[in-house]
Amino acid sequence: MAAEIQVQETTDVQRFLAEHAEKELLRLVVVGSVDDGKSTLIGRLLYECNGLFEDQVAAVKRASAGGEIDFSLFTDGLRAEREQGITIDVAYRYFSTRRRKVIVADTPGHLQYTRNMATGASTADAAVILVDARLGILPQTRRHAYLASLLGIPYLAVSINKMDLMDFDRAVYERLTTEFEAFARTLGFEQVRYFPISARTGDNITQPSGRTPWHDGETLLGWLESLPHQRRQEDASFRFPVQYVLRPDLDYRGFAGQIVSGTVRLGDEVVVYPSKRRTHIASIDTFEGRLDEASAPTSVTLRLTDEVDVSRGDMISHVGQPPVALQELEAMLVWFGEERLDTSRRYLVKHTSKYVPAHIEQVLWRKELEDLSEVDATSLSLNEIGKVRLVCKRPLVCDPYRDNRRTGAFIVVDPLTNDTVAAGMILGGVGGEGTQEVRSLVTAEERRGRLGQSGAVLLLTGTPEVREAALRLERTLFDQGRHVVTVRGDAESALALAEAGLLAILYTPVPQARLSLSQQLRGAGIPWLELEPSEPVEQQVRRVLDAQEKTS
Amino acid sequence: MSQALSAAVRHSHLSVLEAESIHILRETAAEFANPVMLYSIGKDSQVLLHLARKAFHPAPLPFPLLHVDTTWKFREMYAFRDSFTARHGIKLLVHQNKKALAEGINPFDHGSQKYTHAMKTQSLLEALALHGFDAAFGGARRDEEKSRAKERVYSFRDRHGQWEPRKQRPELWSLYNGRIDAGESMRVFPLSNWTELDVWHYILKENIPVVPLYFAAERPVVSRNGQWIMVDDERMRLRPGEQPVQKRVRFRTLGCYPLSGAVESSATSVEDIITEMTESRVSERQGRLIDHDEEGSMELKKREGYF
Repeated sequence: MAAEIQVQETTDVQRFLAEHAEKELLRLVVVGSVDDGKSTLIGRLLYECNGLFEDQVAAVKRASAGGEIDFSLFTDGLRAEREQGITIDVAYRYFSTRRRKVIVADTPGHLQYTRNMATGASTADAAVILVDARLGILPQTRRHAYLASLLGIPYLAVSINKMDLMDFDRAVYERLTTEFEAFARTLGFEQVRYFPISARTGDNITQPSGRTPWHDGETLLGWLESLPHQRRQEDASFRFPVQYVLRPDLDYRGFAGQIVSGTVRLGDEVVVYPSKRRTHIASIDTFEGRLDEASAPTSVTLRLTDEVDVSRGDMISHVGQPPVALQELEAMLVWFGEERLDTSRRYLVKHTSKYVPAHIEQVLWRKELEDLSEVDATSLSLNEIGKVRLVCKRPLVCDPYRDNRRTGAFIVVDPLTNDTVAAGMILGGVGGEGTQEVRSLVTAEERRGRLGQSGAVLLLTGTPEVREAALRLERTLFDQGRHVVTVRGDAESALALAEAGLLAILYTPVPQARLSLSQQLRGAGIPWLELEPSEPVEQQVRRVLDAQEKTS
Repeated sequence: MSQALSAAVRHSHLSVLEAESIHILRETAAEFANPVMLYSIGKDSQVLLHLARKAFHPAPLPFPLLHVDTTWKFREMYAFRDSFTARHGIKLLVHQNKKALAEGINPFDHGSQKYTHAMKTQSLLEALALHGFDAAFGGARRDEEKSRAKERVYSFRDRHGQWEPRKQRPELWSLYNGRIDAGESMRVFPLSNWTELDVWHYILKENIPVVPLYFAAERPVVSRNGQWIMVDDERMRLRPGEQPVQKRVRFRTLGCYPLSGAVESSATSVEDIITEMTESRVSERQGRLIDHDEEGSMELKKREGYF
């Protein structure tokens, strides 16, 4: 309403608001060893870009010895860290430039660097690596650069810090950049830039330094502002992992999720995975109304023209730009677990919006981080990186990580402790992408033909009497001529039995187990049904038979 | 043509943050059996609630709101809470620590630490246990405070509702690990990557209603420890010599009225607030008395279960 009246008279605040609204988000990770000046650099960026408040600045001024501000004090962290003089975790800091809003992942350079750096680097668009000009390129520098490239960060700034302590000597700078360049060539960054800086005195950070006339004058901040943005996401193939099914009433069935890459338009022909059903986009819905098109990274709700069965964990993509469905795959793993990788154990893989049981069949090699060579290994321990062969219970609908950082990534969860024990990046299938092992020569249709039913899991949870309810249901279904079996608490066994064509009644008296069981069932792609233990058995049977009719 | 189109659809940081928050809200609602959204009636709560309504539109919110009520909030906050949730048909649960109330625990006699522990931390843990919530959304942001800067989006809490910074799960990409055992829970912070300025900018852009206390008006206040404390009702205990004066003030952060410091201001609109913020660079938590109890005090509260 105000816009009609005052088009000309844009006030300062309106101009500011407009500028602020158009800023793009840039995610940055800053890495370096313990005394490379990382905290000082981040502190200075925050201070000079007004990322700090006056009371914070005043507190640091008070704490700084001598007249000079100790910029490193801006990023001090947890009580436990200060007490013990160790850095525990990644911290996130925020500042704005003229064009950008920047989220900085401040990763500690200490022992646990691999795990923490991977966390900070996984979403970063750019990385800054600090090199102490006095110490030169260290193994640590190479490790950081390798990790940044492994996690797919396209842009790298190598900042040769503490140049003030080397009298801004051009020869020192050139020797270090030449040395790094030779190594970086093998890593496949899209762009590597070098900056002679002093974080402490502020040279070439936000202001060009008069003390490096031999440098082209670009500052670290100028580089951050100039980086291309979001270039891959929008032009990439359309990928839409379904997160949530919205069914407010019988007439509305929408599939909610975030477009992780690409663009979708009304009427587009799409394929739903893993069922591979084809259909069209009937509507792209948002709170504000319907859209004609939407692109990554927007969160939207899609409706389809056909009554296709779609649930959480499914993936929607365009016809002609299919993802791959991989059940056996090769991947790079960064191991975080306190316990070593165990090839005889079951893990859970979380990929997009689903969990899939998996085991790591083989470690192919481990990266020796001292010299980045590949060495033979049978396992990985904390902070180690290696190439592995992973076998999943059900195919992952995915892309290689180099093509898509969202659909090519996964985490590995230990189902006993629930800890996240590894981060994974998909390289491709075993023996060529898209290959799937033939797991059985008998098809589900053949089983259905012989048994006269299709396999399914029937889930009963919650009350102490659930066991009696399960046994009663088993008896009744058996008497009606069904092939049925009862399983206590183990989703894996129930799924295997259902896969063989049986009706597997899965029960547990622990109410909280419902969540993880239904998660596992949901991710499995095998029909399942949740029943209410208190319901009369006739009603339960009717619901089972109704569902059976629908699936056959 | 498609190139011209995609060039036009550049995503501003606010739309990227919005999409990320909606993703987190949906992920939690899908993975947990019994989630709840903590609602403190403040600006961050309003933004979080707005995002949640977007995430599940056209369906109603798949979880209730929970207000942990200390009984010492500003009167305007209670009025706003009741009218807003009623207008939008949102299910609201209110929990008070009845035992502490019966014991007469209040911010004047017991000091901010004991009072906060009983009426906020204990009360929250009580409410979560009472309803069996396994995930609780909160509107906390990482730019608020040092220990928040290190907190994950999915923040794991043990059986006693406690936070252990050393046991945080690494959080990569947008892959949140929400697996928990019986009795454990997750605090989920969809606004982690928002700053105070982003929040106000979004309130302006989306026209989100907030409690009028955020805007400047003449209010009765007394000066205490360098803060203006509003005399909101007759329960306020005046110290010897204290005489309420009328001042044009507003609040940057809202909590219990005896513990929320007001700032002198003439900002009467969201635009004014944003202008004021860019001119004065004082952090919002300076007005939070409970943060300054001692060094690292937020972290200690969080370890005990404070959200």
